[in-house]
Amino acid sequence: MGSLNEPIRRPLTLDVSGLPSVAFGHRNTTWLANVFYMAIEGMMFALMFAAYFYLRTRSTDWPPGHLPPGLRYGALNALVFVVSTIPAWIVKRRAPDCNRRAVRNGLLVLALFALAATVLRVFEFSALNCRWTDDAYSSTVWVLIGIHSGHLVTELIETLVLLAISFTPKMEGTRLADAAINSDYWYFVVVTGLMVDFLIYGTTRFL
Amino acid sequence: MAVAEPILANDQDTGQSELAQRLARTWSQPKGLWGWFCNTHHTDIGIRFMVTAFIFFLLGGVLAAMIRLQLIRPENSLMGPDLYNQVFTMHGSTMIFLFAVPMMFQGFGVYIVPLMCGARNIAFPRLNAFSYYLYVGGALVLWGGLLTNTGPDVGWFAYVPLSGPAYSPGHRADIWSQMITFTEVSALGVAICLATTILRHRAPGMTLNRMPILLWEKLVISIAVIFAMPAVMVASGLLLLDRLVGTHFFNPAEGGDVLLYQHLFWFFGHPEVYIIFLPGAAIVSTLVECFSRRRIFGYTPIVVSVVATGFIGFSVWVHHMFATGLPQLSQSFFTAASLMIVIPTGTQFFCWVATLWYGRLQLRLPMLWCLGFFFVFLIGGLSGVMLASVPVDLQVHDTYFVVAHFHYVLIGGALFPMFAGIYFWFPKMTGRMANATLGKWHFWLFFIGFNITFFTLHFLGLRGMPRRVYTYGPDMHWQGLNVLASSGVIFMTAGLLVFLVNVFRSVRVGGIAGNSPWGDAGLEWSMSSPPPPYNFLHVPTVSGRDPLWEDPPDQPVVVGLRDDIRETLVTHSLDADPQHKDEDPGPSIWPFLSALTVSAAFVGSIFTPWAVPIGAPPVIATLIGWLWPRGQSPTPRQTGESWVH
Repeated sequence: MGSLNEPIRRPLTLDVSGLPSVAFGHRNTTWLANVFYMAIEGMMFALMFAAYFYLRTRSTDWPPGHLPPGLRYGALNALVFVVSTIPAWIVKRRAPDCNRRAVRNGLLVLALFALAATVLRVFEFSALNCRWTDDAYSSTVWVLIGIHSGHLVTELIETLVLLAISFTPKMEGTRLADAAINSDYWYFVVVTGLMVDFLIYGTTRFL
Repeated sequence: MAVAEPILANDQDTGQSELAQRLARTWSQPKGLWGWFCNTHHTDIGIRFMVTAFIFFLLGGVLAAMIRLQLIRPENSLMGPDLYNQVFTMHGSTMIFLFAVPMMFQGFGVYIVPLMCGARNIAFPRLNAFSYYLYVGGALVLWGGLLTNTGPDVGWFAYVPLSGPAYSPGHRADIWSQMITFTEVSALGVAICLATTILRHRAPGMTLNRMPILLWEKLVISIAVIFAMPAVMVASGLLLLDRLVGTHFFNPAEGGDVLLYQHLFWFFGHPEVYIIFLPGAAIVSTLVECFSRRRIFGYTPIVVSVVATGFIGFSVWVHHMFATGLPQLSQSFFTAASLMIVIPTGTQFFCWVATLWYGRLQLRLPMLWCLGFFFVFLIGGLSGVMLASVPVDLQVHDTYFVVAHFHYVLIGGALFPMFAGIYFWFPKMTGRMANATLGKWHFWLFFIGFNITFFTLHFLGLRGMPRRVYTYGPDMHWQGLNVLASSGVIFMTAGLLVFLVNVFRSVRVGGIAGNSPWGDAGLEWSMSSPPPPYNFLHVPTVSGRDPLWEDPPDQPVVVGLRDDIRETLVTHSLDADPQHKDEDPGPSIWPFLSALTVSAAFVGSIFTPWAVPIGAPPVIATLIGWLWPRGQSPTPRQTGESWVH
């Protein structure tokens, strides 16, 4: 407190009591953190892609002495990824309307798609036509798809947790915003998944 | 809400008003040992980062003294080559990963940024606390390795093939690789917290062009961390896979490539230099303005320079690889890019000089350290320009000239500003002033000792002494200069002892600081020292770049935030207009538990890949525990009335 001789200062006020307490989309702070998180993970993928092409220059054949990875499960999984964006989009669209039922159903379908993608991924590993210990090419292919699988499983678990929350009264404003952000992250998993697919199924056939 | 209470300005807060007491109840952190692990307030976590990093600075310094002692005479038998390799690797790794970044980026950033923004806490305080515990985990792993004779011995950048499975059996290189994972995840977590705080929790009115330069620099560094750190995680992760599960990324016999490692490492390594230097520059900009008693000269050029440094920092990494036989075109490109970095750095330098020139310089203790920075960093910068030239670089590559250069840059660019910053914000952190006389002794002892040691190393390098050799023959005639270089350690050690005495003494009996002992303009000086648990009685608003100098006496304060829950204000990224309210999640034990389970998985994976599947379920369980909503306060959220889409 100032001394008695000082004039008493009375600041003006800026009343924010009427401001909303939940924000969706880019205004949400977690949305921003999610963007940063995707930047970090995206950078890791970009560097692994760069490593893949760098190692390509060290070898005359590509794949060196292997058959390219089998297409069947990879193609099927790519399809699952593409279609799975529909429930993700529904969750993102319905969450701001506080449509808990639609969000819950969307999360359920999304979780099923994520589960299907995870199961298909196991088969994808079995059709890579190489082991990670064979050579640098094989190591890169395994790590690329391995890192992506880590993201896939993380996203599956996150979706399941949100789904569990959606069956409780705790699925209120902030959690609905989280569900919408979860969809953004799922898009990221889909896009990086398709890029990994392009690398390991595509470039091994024409590069 | 007690509406009848008169509205007080933040600098009138004595903690006695009813509002202050209600806020203190709401925002206070739990006490006791359990409470210590639950604490999520940025001032506490920031100080923890700083204290922990300083302890590792002292430990790294002990290793440096051992190195100088070993080299004091030819064919010295104090240390054998094996221990020496561990010591210089530990010294470099400790100083870069356990001291420089955690102190300059995390420590100062976590403590100061929310205060400067006018926020009551950092964004994502639990992630922030988690990052601290993970950093401690990494530090314990690295030093635990040394104490069990498993200290990394492959240099702080762990080049392959030396660090690969063929030449480094055992777990020394694995420990280095996993320490990287720990510390980089920690830095990335803090980067997200700081960038979000700066973009979303600035006081209303603090538009981007009114943001203090320190906040600009922290924002640029956070973004640099986000894009640079993944590279070293990829590098060390692939190295770990090569060593642990038999992949071949860096094995030329199976189509791998050792230079790939260097590219990945230095794509991180060079931005890392700016991640360490820019926080120092941020402190200098703040202090130069404060002690010149005028607005900083060239605000816009400085901000543009900082942003440009962030960008250019990503395009110069290859200058660390000039000796690897790269094509001439790349050498020319990266020489040009490396020289270009002089432009933004020089711009900042000239703006600081102009501010001092046109201001009324007050040579207080923190400013003395800033002047030390100018001198030391300038020399480091000039030898850097020399090294950007390929012919010079090839001549002095891997000699003590390079060692001298980067110590001038890093100690000049980080350590001198760090001491300036510690003395500057010490009153805010502790409520007491550090002793200026002891501080000056500290400065002169350290400054003289530093220059004796490291200026001498330039000449040793030019005479051909290579770095990282544990001894040398008497016929090389390097002893005289080595003795001179080692003698500087005595002065530096004495200086650091004076500093420690000063800190321990001043914390107890230093003069009472008051709100703003230096008369600085930043918002962090508007509340009492140390800050109360809620930081600001009212979230402030600002109407200029230097709020405490420029704002009118009746500058508005924010009202309408609830005081019974930890309600915070979120503002627009560009113009800082209030947008909505948010809720700080409060203290929690889960970040600590999560850090424990993550650490267990990381440490286990040094020994077996099965640690990943076995370690994953506890990690997932603690993360769910962390994120599971509980104790939600009854807010209008349920109705959806006050949502913003």
